[in-house]
Formats: sequence, C-alpha cells, structure tokens
Amino acid sequence: MSVERDVMEYDVLVVGAGPSGLSAACRLKQAAAAAGKEISVCLVEKGSEVGAHILSGAVFEPRALEELFPNWKELGAPLNTPVARDEVYFLTGPEKGIKTPGMFVPRTMHNEGNYIISLGNLCRWLAQQAEGLGVEIYPGFAAQEVIVDEGNVVRGVQIGDMGVDRAGHHKEGVYTPGIELRAKYTLFAEGCRGHLGKRLIKRYRLDENSDAQHYGIGLKELWTIDPAKHEPGLVIHGAGWPLNSANPGGFFLYHLENHQVYAGLIVDLSYSNPYLSPFDEFQRIKHHPVMKKYLEGGKRVSYGARAICKGGFNSLPKMVFPGGALIGCDLGTLNFSKIKGSHTAMKSGMLAADAAAAALLAGGEGGDELAAYPESFKASWLYDELYRDRNFGPAMHKLGVLFGSAFNYVDQNWFRGKGPVTLHDNTPDYATLKPAAQSRKIEYPKPDGVISFDKLSSVFLSSTNHEEDQPVHLLLADPAVPIGKNLPLYDEPAQRYCPAGVYEVVSEGAAPRFQINAQNCVHCKTCDIKDPAQNITWVAPEGSGGPNYANM
Amino acid sequence: MKALVSVKRVVDYNVRIQVKPDQSGVVTDGVKMSVNPFDEIAMEEAMRLKEKGKITEIIAVTVGGAKCEETLRTALAFGADRAVHVKEEGEIQPLTAAQALAAVFKKEGAQLFLLGKQAIDDDASQTGQMVAALLDLAQATFASKVELDGSKAVVTREVDAGLETLEVDLPAVVTADLRLNEPRYLKLPDIMKAKKKPIEAVSFASLGVTPGAGLKTTKTAPPPKRGKGIVVKTVDELVAALKAKGLV
Repeated sequence: MSVERDVMEYDVLVVGAGPSGLSAACRLKQAAAAAGKEISVCLVEKGSEVGAHILSGAVFEPRALEELFPNWKELGAPLNTPVARDEVYFLTGPEKGIKTPGMFVPRTMHNEGNYIISLGNLCRWLAQQAEGLGVEIYPGFAAQEVIVDEGNVVRGVQIGDMGVDRAGHHKEGVYTPGIELRAKYTLFAEGCRGHLGKRLIKRYRLDENSDAQHYGIGLKELWTIDPAKHEPGLVIHGAGWPLNSANPGGFFLYHLENHQVYAGLIVDLSYSNPYLSPFDEFQRIKHHPVMKKYLEGGKRVSYGARAICKGGFNSLPKMVFPGGALIGCDLGTLNFSKIKGSHTAMKSGMLAADAAAAALLAGGEGGDELAAYPESFKASWLYDELYRDRNFGPAMHKLGVLFGSAFNYVDQNWFRGKGPVTLHDNTPDYATLKPAAQSRKIEYPKPDGVISFDKLSSVFLSSTNHEEDQPVHLLLADPAVPIGKNLPLYDEPAQRYCPAGVYEVVSEGAAPRFQINAQNCVHCKTCDIKDPAQNITWVAPEGSGGPNYANM
Repeated sequence: MKALVSVKRVVDYNVRIQVKPDQSGVVTDGVKMSVNPFDEIAMEEAMRLKEKGKITEIIAVTVGGAKCEETLRTALAFGADRAVHVKEEGEIQPLTAAQALAAVFKKEGAQLFLLGKQAIDDDASQTGQMVAALLDLAQATFASKVELDGSKAVVTREVDAGLETLEVDLPAVVTADLRLNEPRYLKLPDIMKAKKKPIEAVSFASLGVTPGAGLKTTKTAPPPKRGKGIVVKTVDELVAALKAKGLV
C-alpha cells in the first residue's frame, strides 16, 4: 500500500538533538547570520522533548562551548558546579581499595577547569539558543529511514508513521503517515550506535579503513544525599573490583549542586563472561565503602543507561558520504581516556556545520560529499586530542587493566600521547563472549532496596513509556536464534546485558520462550551491539517513546 | 459559533513525580511538562466539531507563566485558530484561574467552553464547575459524547449508574472525560504553522480579576510506602489473614 507523505525541504537537516546536533544547528545559523544570508535548518529528535533521551556522566570540558558561545556565562548555560578536586581509586575487594596518588594518575584524568553538569539540561539550553537563532526543532519525531535517491545521494529522512498497531495495521482515525524531510545536507547526530548511522556506515562502507568500533554501557543514577556528606565539585573515578581485565569497567561519583550526586558504572562491552550483568555489577558496586559512604541515608531520584562509543581515533569511520555526514557519537568522537564525549561531539558538529555552511553560502546545491569537514577535522584540536589518546582503549584491552594503565601513564604523561606506538584492537565486542560452559556463573547479591535495587523499580525511575499498541522496535533477523543458539551456548546474555529488563527467557512448562518487553526499552542500543549472533536490530519506535530523563 | 478551550500545563503523565525535600510542592525543574491529557481530549473534540461545521472558531486559553506559551503552541498545532495567554507568574489559586477563564469567555463572546474534567496535577476537578457558576451557565461535566444542535448541546456523561444524557442551552460549559475521543497525533507541518499563529497576552488586571488567597497549601508529601505483602496459598488462608487485620 502506498502512502501519500507530506514533504518539507530545508537547506540542512539534523537528526538528533544531542550536543553534536544542537551545536551543528547553532553553528549553521551563526555562519548564515555572519554572511548576512539565510540557511534553513531543521532538527528532529525522537525523544518527547530535547534532553529526554540524553544520558551522560557528566564532567564537561567547556572548550567547544567556549568556541560556540564565548559568552555562555552571560547566556546562562547550566554549568553550575566547577570541579573542585579529583579522587581516583583502584578497588581491590568488596571492602578495600587504594587511592591513587595524584602524580600517577594519567594526565587525561585530571579535571581542573571542567564542570559537573546535567548534559540533558545543557542540551535543553542549547536548544533554546538554537531556536533563538532560528533553528526549527521538532521533538517527538523519530527519523525512521534515510532517503537515498537513484544517484546514491542522501536526500533526507522519512519520519516514522504514528498510529500503527502491533501487527502493523493502520489504526482507524489516528494513523498519521510520517513526513519526508528533505535537505541539501543531512547531518546524522543520533549518538552512539545510531540506527540510521549504522546503516549509512554499511551502505557507504565508511568503516572499511578503520578498526572495529568498541563500546561500553554506562549506567547512571541521580541521588539526593545527606547535605553533611555533600561536597560540590568532588569527582571520584575508579576501576578494579568487581570487574577485571577480561571484563573491564570503571565507576564514577560526581557531586553536583542541590545536595545531589551522580553515581554510575561503565562496563566495557568487550566483556567475555556471558553471565556478567552490567546492571547488577552497578548495584553491587554501590555497596563498596567508597560509594556507600556518600549514598547511605540518601534517596535515589532517577535511573538510566546508554551505550557509549569508545573505540576512539582508530575506530573513526569515514565521516562523509554524498549528501551528508556523521557527527558526534554517531561517528564515534568520544575520548575514552578522558571518559568525555560532549566537547568532542560538539566540536565535530561545529566542523561539519562550517563545511556545510561554506558550501551553501557559496551557492552550492548540496548532495555532494562535504570534503571540507574531514579536512578541517584534521587541522583541529579534536584530531590532535583523539590522536594523542588513540592507544588508551586498545592498551586496556590488549595489556589488561594493570599493565594497560601503566602503558597509558607512560604514553600520556611522558610522551603526551605522541609516542611511537599505535595499538590496534580489531575484535568486535559481539565476538568476545566465551561459551557459558567455560565461564564462571556470577551470583549477584539481592538488592537491599536502600542502596541497591531491582531492574523494574529502576526502569520505573527513568519515566520510560512507549505507546503500547505498536510494532516491536527490536527486530530479530532470525527469531529462532535466542532459544536455539544463544541460550545453549551463552545462556542468552540479553537477559543480563539489557539494563531495562526488555529481554526475558520465560520457561512455561518445558519449552523456554524468548520474550521482548519493548515497552521498557531505554534506547541504550546495547542489544544491537552485544548480541553474539548480531541478530537484534534496534529501530526507532513511534516518536516521543522511550525514557523521559530529567536532570540526567 | 466560537468555542473556547482551556489547556493547562502539567507535569507529563510519564514522569515519576518527586516531592521537594522541604515538602513545599513537587519537583518541576528540568521535568518534562505537557498539556493536561484531558484538555487534549477537549481540544480534539473542539476540532471534530469544527470539522463537522458546528464551530467556526477555536480559541485556546491558558493561565500561567511565560513557559505556558509552549502549551498554547501545542493547542495551536492541534488546530486552535488563535490563543489567549493570561500571563501571570507564581502560584495561581484555583478560583482566580476560574475567574480569569470566565472573563476571557465573556470577552470573546464564545458559546461553548470545553475543557478537561480535571487536570492530572492536582486532580481537583473544579475549574469547569466554577466557571459555569461564575457565569451562571449550564454545565455538562464528564462528557463521553457531545453533539451540538442549534442553540443546544446534547451531552452524554459517564455516571456511576451508567450513561446519562443531558440537553443544555448554549452558552454552556462542557468538561471532557477520558472516553470522549482519542486525540490525533500532531503533524510536523502543523507544529510549524502553529509557531506563526497569534497569541494575545492578557493579565488578571486587564481582565478585572483580583487574585485571591483563599487556599493555602501547607504540606506536600508522598503517599505512605506500601508494606511488604504476604503470599497466601488458599482462600481460607486469605480470609483468615483479612480477618486478622479486621478487614472483613
């Protein structure tokens, strides 16, 4: 059945209202205003509002923001808590840990001049600036398909249909076909493992000359704590127990304003034990004295999770294709050695915007490859920063946490990242699992309901919702794989890596059944990354579905 | 015939409500706000009546601070022709809001005032009733069906015993219940057009309304935590447990 779709045309279309997309949109309007010309910019966002799907630590380095809005302070950007001091721990057991003396901490882990922020609130603020500059922002609309013309040029995106029932039928009276948004250039800013970015990388073979991308899953909670224990600006990082070299990760605890702290854990998705559950590791690590001493007597306010791209420099795909570009974590600009991706995402968006603006202001008709974007990238501090830190992740994977950390200390503090060695790591994260039969089963302690919690009460705090009667947005290429292959081989790890309880193996009687609770999905994309059979594809559900993060 | 539809800005229904530590209210900073869902239903009904040719103009109205403009833009994207913003920051008393809405209704010379049966923030279910009383108009609350017939409205309402059908003379106040309709999805081009539709800002002073202070909120507290449940194996055990608690 063919559906008639409205079409709206713009000079530039941006997909995703995160730091890279919003920065690109602002920059385009700034460039147009400086030239005294008009560039029309449209930005679509699948979340119900800007910021609803944004989840980040976040310790924020203001470098890119200074360039985009030098007067950000007067404009009221929500950078309220400067980092006062850093603490770094190496945990050696459930009760023990070593505080690393400052001089042995890699250079990239120092946070002087940075701020503890809610990235969601920064995005809300950036959206206000963008709208003030004339950008049209439409939250609640999910880009579902890339429009590619017969000449293999990207011409925009098609918004997902609304009012479709679970079986795919159009619901009487409410079915609303998604419109086509067409543009001379389309910038994809969906964040880590964007579902359209993934297809573009494949279609245009953008990653044929780069290392495999690597990922982590970040879990985060917002807590209101006892004011007596609150130290605004305190940044705590740590690694070690209960994770290890084969299953690495690190935790964080940031003291922001209003007697609140962000607590979180990042688990490397290259982990090998299929019994590992990132969610339960996070719940367990909160009981370690380093974290518990702050959380005790406090109250959990919010919860969320999101995958992060951590391959860095070596994993960067080609940035451009005819008619558009990848920016931010859709490209993979996060600097894992700093555990920061916001300033790099913003910068990549600004560089792409500069390239698009120059082409349009010169009278270009679009549809070409924005060659100026990768060129300016190479000349930028962003390139320099990612190049210097290119060995950080591979060192941890190849040498283990202890020797990797030693390597990173030398590489960063002695050679400033310009040492002679480049380490490569080409095993994708979905291929690192060991069979369950060869793995140690992990018994996680039961949550106590005070410091640690179960998955469902956690998802509840993410304010996640999806229209119930709609097609499942987690597609199985072969529905027989979860029970037929993944269950016997890996004890179906989806049950554990999903931080929202979307995947369950239900045993009614004798035959186990794979159940997908798509309504719980917090849009973290971990399943799309980690499924050992690469059998799960995440696609965008009906617009405005998903979490409604506040102050995350 | 003109219809006035009031829309209230409330914390989104998906958001887990948090009480402020000092118990002075609920947290709204950084929290997603939306149009009260019952007001959306009222707005949808107005649109359907307009599409049937029973109404010629829809005016959306809200009472509240500058941020409520978003709420009006949503109503305009739904299809309201224009909007009136009673722009007042700070806490607004329920009666004051009703007085302001009544004043706008009168000023606009509208025949039908459509609004949700209640707002999902305070669940008070009183605004429509107060407006009707202030203007001495007929009211049909909890509507599940609305038909306009010349100078009358025929309204089916959901009551405990079933359905009740009322005939009211216009002008009248009608409040929308959940099952009145299923609101449409907003279309992106309509959201764009809504940005250009006019919003008239008025104040309590310009409407001749004196803000009252009849109601004082003393404390906001979360509901008490549910205690641990017990699993019973038989009906007898269940009955015994209920008896032990003095519930049967």
